Amino acid sequence: MNLQRREVLKYTAVFGLMASAGLISSAQAEEWNKAAFEGKTIEDVFSVFGAGSPDKSSAVILNVPEIAENGAVVPVSISTTLKAQQLAILVEKNPNALVAQFFIPTGTEPFVTTRIKMAQTSNVYALVKADGKWSMAAKEIKVTLGGCGG
Amino acid sequence: MGDPMRIRAAENNGIVEVKILMKHDMETGQRKDAAGKLIPAWFITMVSVKAQGKEVFAADFGTAISKDPFLNFKYKGSRGDKLLVSWVDTRGDKRSDEASVS
Amino acid sequence: MHANAQSTADAIAKYREMIADGNPAELYEAAGEELWKKPAGPKNATLEKCNLGLGPGVIKGAAAQLPRYFPDTNRVQDLESRLITCMSTLQGISAQEIIDAPFQQGYKKTMDDIVAYVVTYSKDLKVNVSTKHPKEKESYELGKRAFFYEGGPMDFSCATCHGSTGKRIRMQDLPNLTTPEGAIAGWGYWPAYRVSNGQFWTMGLRLNDCYRQQRFPFPIYGSEVLTALSMYMAVNANGGVIHTPGLKR
Repeated sequence: MNLQRREVLKYTAVFGLMASAGLISSAQAEEWNKAAFEGKTIEDVFSVFGAGSPDKSSAVILNVPEIAENGAVVPVSISTTLKAQQLAILVEKNPNALVAQFFIPTGTEPFVTTRIKMAQTSNVYALVKADGKWSMAAKEIKVTLGGCGG
Repeated sequence: MGDPMRIRAAENNGIVEVKILMKHDMETGQRKDAAGKLIPAWFITMVSVKAQGKEVFAADFGTAISKDPFLNFKYKGSRGDKLLVSWVDTRGDKRSDEASVS
Repeated sequence: MHANAQSTADAIAKYREMIADGNPAELYEAAGEELWKKPAGPKNATLEKCNLGLGPGVIKGAAAQLPRYFPDTNRVQDLESRLITCMSTLQGISAQEIIDAPFQQGYKKTMDDIVAYVVTYSKDLKVNVSTKHPKEKESYELGKRAFFYEGGPMDFSCATCHGSTGKRIRMQDLPNLTTPEGAIAGWGYWPAYRVSNGQFWTMGLRLNDCYRQQRFPFPIYGSEVLTALSMYMAVNANGGVIHTPGLKR
């Protein structure tokens, strides 16, 4: 995998096992950003990323529904006019704020759609890193549980 | 070895749009089973997509990616590109599937 | 800010639209295609000769004309009961084992995958179920009676939730299964992948869960009453467009 992703804290444990079993390379074993995924608050995650206090930017577009019928599957789409190398999704009120990170090599559009779990109604953040600078957009998604059928 | 993915990739005006569905329970480690015991966390941690052997997309997942993960992204590419999508999870399971861009 | 009913409905429509592309049911369909073609059971045979009403091995359009009368078993069968027949006669698998398997495990899991595969090949087609055969007519009438039959500790029937228009449980609209529009909203969208539990539900499981919600005893899987209820819904939905496998909350 891309060495440029290695702005992370090294750690062993789970991935040491995978590396020693030859299932992933040692380089890969060190890459999953455990510290970022263990961050409880969005500030914790910003801090691990070295993002400081990212600016809200209209160049970061977060396309989400206002209401999610079920918190288990919430569609989230990020796009940006910035030349981004990294995108991330954070959910403020999840037990751990960071949901996922995405890595955009040259030639790939700074765009992703995925589906996330939300514990409850919360602000959702799209974080974008372009040329070393972090920007973001935020929206609230209301999570309903819905009824018994349907 | 994990279960097969569904990969769809179509080229339009030099941009390939890729949609991937992965089969995985993505357990958060916070759910309890019928006996009240916690079901251990088990989730895909890293996904890599290569086109013609060159990485065109990568992702790190946490437990909050939904069960049976879905990914959609776009890269500059051509019809006929050979895609290789791979993932690894916390148990060391992995899965790779290939697809051609239509 | 108060969300009025219309803006809530619009917001939910956007949610459903955003998740419509990339239905995880496709993962079950892919597994089902493999199972259809893979030798299994004591007879080590595939399901490629399974006759779902349009001839041995014909899958395209098969779900759209089920339930129907089958001369070889001399009864009306829905998709799941017919697959039990195929798995037992072609592959030698014990029908009772399929019936007794807990939902989503063992042979029921096999069933989930094969159902996802078969219904995919009726997607975008119109429901086309016949009542020409006397047993088909009888099945429809039995289904209608079962639909309105009140029982259980709460005196519920299917009609309690699905017998009139405009009903809702919390945020879920309940289709009126007695009308063509309501019937296709139900019959045309199940089997489906439920995002709330990340599971693929066949019609058999959907009906089983309706009975659970009514606090009735569970019906026997593949039994006549389930086929009859399917017949009732399908005939009411005739002409409507099929959207299976669906994607549900």
